[in-house]
Amino acid sequence: MFLINCPYCGEREQSEFSCGGEAHISRPKNPPDTSDDQWADYLFMRKNIKGVQFERWNHSSGCRQWFNVVRNTSTDEILGIYNMGEAIPEIDGENPKTPSGEPEIGSGNISTSFKKK
Amino acid sequence: MSTKISFTFDKKKYFGIKGETLASALLRNGIFLVGRSFKYHRPRGIISAGSEEPNAIVQLESGNITEPNVRATEIEIYDGLSATSQNNWPSLNFDLGSINDLFSRFIPAGFYYKTFIWPPKFWEFYEYFIRRAAGLGKSPTTDDPDKYEHLHYHCDILIIGGGISGMYAAKLAAKSNLKTLLLEQNSELGGYDLSNTDSVRTRKLSEELEESNKFKNLKIVKNTSVFAYFHANYLLASQKINKKNLRQVIWKIRAKKVVLATGSIERFLTFHNNDKPGIMLANSARKYLNKYSNKISKEIVIFTNNDSAYKSAIDFHKKGVDVKCIIDLRKQSNGDLVKEAKDLGLKIFFGHVIINTEGKKRINKVIVSEVDEKIENLLGNPKKISCDLLCVSGGWTPTVHLFSQSRGKLIYRESDATFIPDKSFQKEVSIGACNGTFLLKEIFEETFNKMNKIFNEFGIKIEEKFEEITKITFQDKMQHAWIIPSNKNFKKTKMFIDFQNDVTAKDIKLALKEGYRSIEHIKRYTTTGMATDQGKISNVNALGIISNLSNTPIHELGTTTFRLPYTPVTFGAIAGRHIKEFFDVERTTPMHQWHIKNQAKFEDVGQWKRAWYYPKEGENMHQAVNREVKATRDGIGILDASTLGKIDIKGRDSSEFLNRVYTNAWSKLQIGKCRYGLMLGDDGMVIDDGVTSRIRENHYIMTTTTGGAASVMSKLEDWLQTEWPELKVRLTSVTEQFATISLNGPYAINLMKKLCPDQNFSRENFPHMSFKIIKISGIICRVMRISFTGEKCYEINIPSSYAQALWEKCFELGKEFNITPYGTEAMHVLRAEKGFIIVGQETDGSVTPIDLDMSWIVSKKKYDFIGKRALYRSDTIKKDRKQLVGLLTNNPKEILEEGSQIVENISNLPMEMVGHVTSSYYSPNLDRSIALALIKEGIEKKGKKIYIPMPNKTIEATISDPVFVDPLNERLNT
Ligand SMILES: [Zn+2]
Repeated sequence: MFLINCPYCGEREQSEFSCGGEAHISRPKNPPDTSDDQWADYLFMRKNIKGVQFERWNHSSGCRQWFNVVRNTSTDEILGIYNMGEAIPEIDGENPKTPSGEPEIGSGNISTSFKKK
Repeated sequence: MSTKISFTFDKKKYFGIKGETLASALLRNGIFLVGRSFKYHRPRGIISAGSEEPNAIVQLESGNITEPNVRATEIEIYDGLSATSQNNWPSLNFDLGSINDLFSRFIPAGFYYKTFIWPPKFWEFYEYFIRRAAGLGKSPTTDDPDKYEHLHYHCDILIIGGGISGMYAAKLAAKSNLKTLLLEQNSELGGYDLSNTDSVRTRKLSEELEESNKFKNLKIVKNTSVFAYFHANYLLASQKINKKNLRQVIWKIRAKKVVLATGSIERFLTFHNNDKPGIMLANSARKYLNKYSNKISKEIVIFTNNDSAYKSAIDFHKKGVDVKCIIDLRKQSNGDLVKEAKDLGLKIFFGHVIINTEGKKRINKVIVSEVDEKIENLLGNPKKISCDLLCVSGGWTPTVHLFSQSRGKLIYRESDATFIPDKSFQKEVSIGACNGTFLLKEIFEETFNKMNKIFNEFGIKIEEKFEEITKITFQDKMQHAWIIPSNKNFKKTKMFIDFQNDVTAKDIKLALKEGYRSIEHIKRYTTTGMATDQGKISNVNALGIISNLSNTPIHELGTTTFRLPYTPVTFGAIAGRHIKEFFDVERTTPMHQWHIKNQAKFEDVGQWKRAWYYPKEGENMHQAVNREVKATRDGIGILDASTLGKIDIKGRDSSEFLNRVYTNAWSKLQIGKCRYGLMLGDDGMVIDDGVTSRIRENHYIMTTTTGGAASVMSKLEDWLQTEWPELKVRLTSVTEQFATISLNGPYAINLMKKLCPDQNFSRENFPHMSFKIIKISGIICRVMRISFTGEKCYEINIPSSYAQALWEKCFELGKEFNITPYGTEAMHVLRAEKGFIIVGQETDGSVTPIDLDMSWIVSKKKYDFIGKRALYRSDTIKKDRKQLVGLLTNNPKEILEEGSQIVENISNLPMEMVGHVTSSYYSPNLDRSIALALIKEGIEKKGKKIYIPMPNKTIEATISDPVFVDPLNERLNT
């Protein structure tokens, strides 16, 4: 229930968007030459990060455009939005610590010292 | 001066005064007993004057507008209001359930948990008991005639609470020009100060704020309770409007900054029999006296551990009520209020406590005893003092619920035993009593400083000087005593902590004795703080007692999680306007009105309303579907197929794009031809199917399944935008722009000839799987010769606005061929007779084209397409995958249940399941049942017998080819 600043339409309710999962996983260019394991990696293996995650989002109930979002999954804070095909932006700082050594507020979910793009 | 208003309580008529709450009006009429407690059915009275009220919850009104669990302390009376008491039977004054009180030894902490492990044969008895006892009010049994709305609001600053700090913050914000929203849960601004007799400053502030149009950037909304604080400063509030046709509004607020000014709630003291009607929080009693000019009592006793209750003593005394004495458990106090009380000649017993109370339906005596300094041992002989009201104050608890919901961190302050905000997690500040700041002077200072800090963050400076407050009322230290000692055996005491859930100090002791340590576990085991009031007056007392009994400092115990909603929210408000036909979007085709007129029964397919079948008079579903199926094979069946997804594909690389997303080859498809395609995910599993036609060199029209239209579109966009940005292709959804009329059957061609006399429908000119743009009645239509029934079929795509006219014309011209409308059920039977799959019925995301025996559609030549690589992963080439086959029951009258499990051998349980039935129908053309199924290695097993075990029998069937009718497609090509 956060807002997303669609690069084409502006800030809108999250309910207008759908998340396309982890970003920067490109489809292998030579599928017949990949091993079963490599293909399974591409198909199924996704990170599930508590902290800063690079994700694909689609403004599905809006302009239908896909774009990349840097989101802290524990706070829903959006640290950056950039176009498809663009390189991963630099985000400084540490991920929230888990499960031990958590910061003392926000059930360990605080993101500290991340630079916004 | 004051207007009299009549209302009824438990069917008896009373009068109150306009502007007062139901609780105040009841007290004015001498009604203290307003409910029975949840577990023991003990008589309970009004205890507070606000949202923290645990006892005075009533059923408001009756019939379709009735609302349970309304706090009498919050609802303002209106003419004709009718309320009834809850949780008592047969009546408030004579309650059968109160027998539970006598047997209360049997209902200890954890009763509900323990009950479930008692011998099952006792269950019948306890179930009855639990069901009766669990009743807190009744929900209406008929539709609510009123409306509820949802409203979105964005602002710079949201101030929650219109007490003195909130109002001052709003005044400062108003001068900053920032868009500000001030929400107050009561019907007027003022908060705690409304209980004071000298609230001049408050009244001046509220008048200034409410002066219309003075502050254009400030919006004040009253009767609105913020009940949830989510991520990203997103908050929900519930506004009571109570007008005809609009009862409540849910505010969905996004604020750049939130100012919490939610005040504090007075705390109770835990002593034996502290729950009698007529025992009330001291400041609440004072509010009835000062705000509603309601004396409530003739003889008052005050019991306190702090200075604030002295205000009540002084105010009641000044209004002429006999204040018999103040029982103060402290050894002494030098506070200004205490001095004033002394000067007025009020009797004060320092170092004393109340150890018991008497009176059945209202208190009439308190038993007082001297106590030692640690408040552990009683001294001397107890004495009785008569009274009809006992005002209790155990100190104040800052209302940190919203702060905690926002995930801020609390810190424990020993001096007044309070949890106060420590570190913020979101963009929010706490001011005033909710921040543990109780002195007026400090409240003003804190608000001024914090608000200016906020303005600074916004880059704004305001011209407002700080109003210095010179008058300070000194208050001496409070002393907390979590359990007031009693001269009774502790096991026999009734010291209530949670009034609504009937949790006593000894319940908590029992929980600790049974080994519970975590505060969260104790809460659930004893149910303390889990009632509709969420333990607003009791949670800290429960913590204190746990700390006391377990010898653990409170700050080590921590608090339980503060959960939303802060105050109960009605289902009506949560649903808002999303009810009945507005619950979800309903999509209808342009011919929808015709279907309705012709008695169609409808089926929901996603958001679409599709005609299911068209029963004639006296027909049941089975008969109607059989008739529709036969008519289609014998004459003409007409189907409204408008719901199929239609995607317009244009651009230089359209053919290449189709090559990549479908399993078969597209480059060589001639203009004017159609081709069936299977779409896979990159995991090789079928996700959609449909026919695509080539209109021009670089222009295709793709049809998708009805349910898959949106997701296919989204997936195609995904590939185009993210993987293949080099492809020049544009996709446009035209599902709503074209309606589709599907004419099927041996005489469909005859009707087409009548519709378009100029057109050549010969096999050579317009063969199966071809496409033409034809003018019908002057309208340009796209006609495809494709078939989902196995009959000759023409699918006419016509701009939506002309569709119903053409639809009706088909009936007019097709009458001589017995044209018959058929719905989705007949469509399913017709396609199943031909063994055509339905994606989502024969497939479930784990089925490849090879499993469907459709390898003919999978190109071997293409280097790549979506899903190709996965078709030869070790799992997809496994030999024992489930494959699509037909099933014929040995008894042709037996129709299998879809989803039934299939076994090869009947043996003892568990039997090995080899597959399941995906589709099953009665085929009127074969006069027998047919079914499709996915069975392990099914294709090799054609002709083999299998079994379908059902609860009362086992059905035998034989695996067959999935095409049951016209396997050589002769009907299409003659
Ligand atoms: Zn957009």
